[in-house]
Amino acid sequence: MTVNGEVVTRDVEARLLLVHFLRDELGLTGTHWGCDTSNCGTCVVLYDDEPVKSCTVLAVMAGGHDVRTVESLEWEGQLDPVQQGFMECHGLQCGFCTSGMLMSARALLDRDPDPSEATIREAISGQICRCTGYASIVRSVRWAAEHPAGGVG
Amino acid sequence: MYPSRFAYEAPRTLDEAIGLLHDGAGEAKVLAGGQSLVPLMKLRFANPELLVDINNLPGLDRLETLADGTIRVGALVRHRDLERAGDVHRIQPVVGAAAPLIADPIVRTRGTLVGSLCHADPQGDWAAVVTALRGYVVAQGPGGRREIPIGDFVTGPFQNVLAHDEVAVEAVLPGPRHTVAGGFLKLERRVGDFATAGTAVAIELDGDRVTRAGIALTGVGSRTVDATGAAEALVGRALTSEAIAAAADAAAEAAQPTADHRGSAAYKKHVIHTFVTRILTRVSTTSEQAA
Ligand SMILES: Cc1cc2nc3c(=O)[nH]c(=O)nc-3n(C[C@H](O)[C@H](O)[C@H](O)COP(=O)(O)OP(=O)(O)OC[C@H]3O[C@@H](n4cnc5c(N)ncnc54)[C@H](O)[C@@H]3O)c2cc1C
Repeated sequence: MTVNGEVVTRDVEARLLLVHFLRDELGLTGTHWGCDTSNCGTCVVLYDDEPVKSCTVLAVMAGGHDVRTVESLEWEGQLDPVQQGFMECHGLQCGFCTSGMLMSARALLDRDPDPSEATIREAISGQICRCTGYASIVRSVRWAAEHPAGGVG
Repeated sequence: MYPSRFAYEAPRTLDEAIGLLHDGAGEAKVLAGGQSLVPLMKLRFANPELLVDINNLPGLDRLETLADGTIRVGALVRHRDLERAGDVHRIQPVVGAAAPLIADPIVRTRGTLVGSLCHADPQGDWAAVVTALRGYVVAQGPGGRREIPIGDFVTGPFQNVLAHDEVAVEAVLPGPRHTVAGGFLKLERRVGDFATAGTAVAIELDGDRVTRAGIALTGVGSRTVDATGAAEALVGRALTSEAIAAAADAAAEAAQPTADHRGSAAYKKHVIHTFVTRILTRVSTTSEQAA
């Protein structure tokens, strides 16, 4: 599979979940492992550009596919606009849900660069944040929509 | 949570997949979107020895609308594809109404309609939609293909009629003859929760007369409830408030909910009654405006 643009080849047990493959085999610990029951969404990564819960995908199923994790957002020292938005608008407190939120926000903006508040709320509705009450996450994603090239951070 | 150990195959052809299932002699399982099966395996409620991943089989991701309005949903068509398929929604509004209410948007990326029918969860949403539309499943095994009406396909909670070496290759929603209307309403405690109660309504109208009706309920029985009495209360009549009330009464009567943490049995029947009334009332006011 391709992970963050790099081809990786490993022999793994069929029962290895994608989230553990990313964290334990590749050391990409930005993807968090949360509820483990496909509910909380902290483990969201992009799979062929669409968000998936990596605790509910077998690593072997990702063979031949393109996976992107939160580590791919920053590019040559430049944060992705969604990362900047979360900083500008206090989109996180404890940070546990953040990597999943960032990835679904990125997928949303790639498809719909100017989403309404309702659209943003819908896009993150499969993910749980226990700190922010979501309002600042929604604002953060809007910030990113309004600053597609990023901005002074 | 790790599933127990299993072997994994990702065949490239349907024949190969069927062969693997055949040799698996009942210990092998098809893996589609994995959004029900993987959680079950992690909980070790399911412990197949072999998973046959059908995600690489060509052609199964096809979502087709034929000239006569028939909709063919391949086994790899995801909930998300159906959510975005405007042409399908125009033919069968009930599909467009239900798709965004299945699970949550991220589960919808992977989960499939056909997988949902196979999973046969009494609280699954697609089985109600397909029942209301009198759809059928096309299965292929070593002996060839067969078509299985949805009412015969699901045999009980989490049970379907497929032989161990059959793959459900598509679900078919037959084309309508007259003007189509309908809707889907679901009460859920939060996004991503299964239905406390849900109602799929699909009707066809010739002028103001109902020529065909399908009303199916989810979450209110040990399997999807086909509320045939409710549908019969509408056929041949106009959508008057009396006809709507008769259908809502019959649907609530057909529901067989059990009390649980989502609500009492009486409450769930009440929800069904309200949903049938709401969908049909909306249809009748919209078609009046159109007339
Ligand atoms: C958090 C969460 C919330 C959910 N909420 C809802 C909800 O509100 N409503 C709802 O309806 N569903 C809900 N689901 C379930 C979801 O819709 C699943 O996608 C669906 O039930 C199964 O589809 P799948 O493609 O993922 O199948 P899989 O998980 O791959 O398979 C499910 C079962 O069907 C069999 N199977 C699958 N495809 C085939 C085939 N082509 N031929 C033969 N057998 C096959 C498998 O062997 C397995 O036994 C939820 C799931 C999650 C994780």
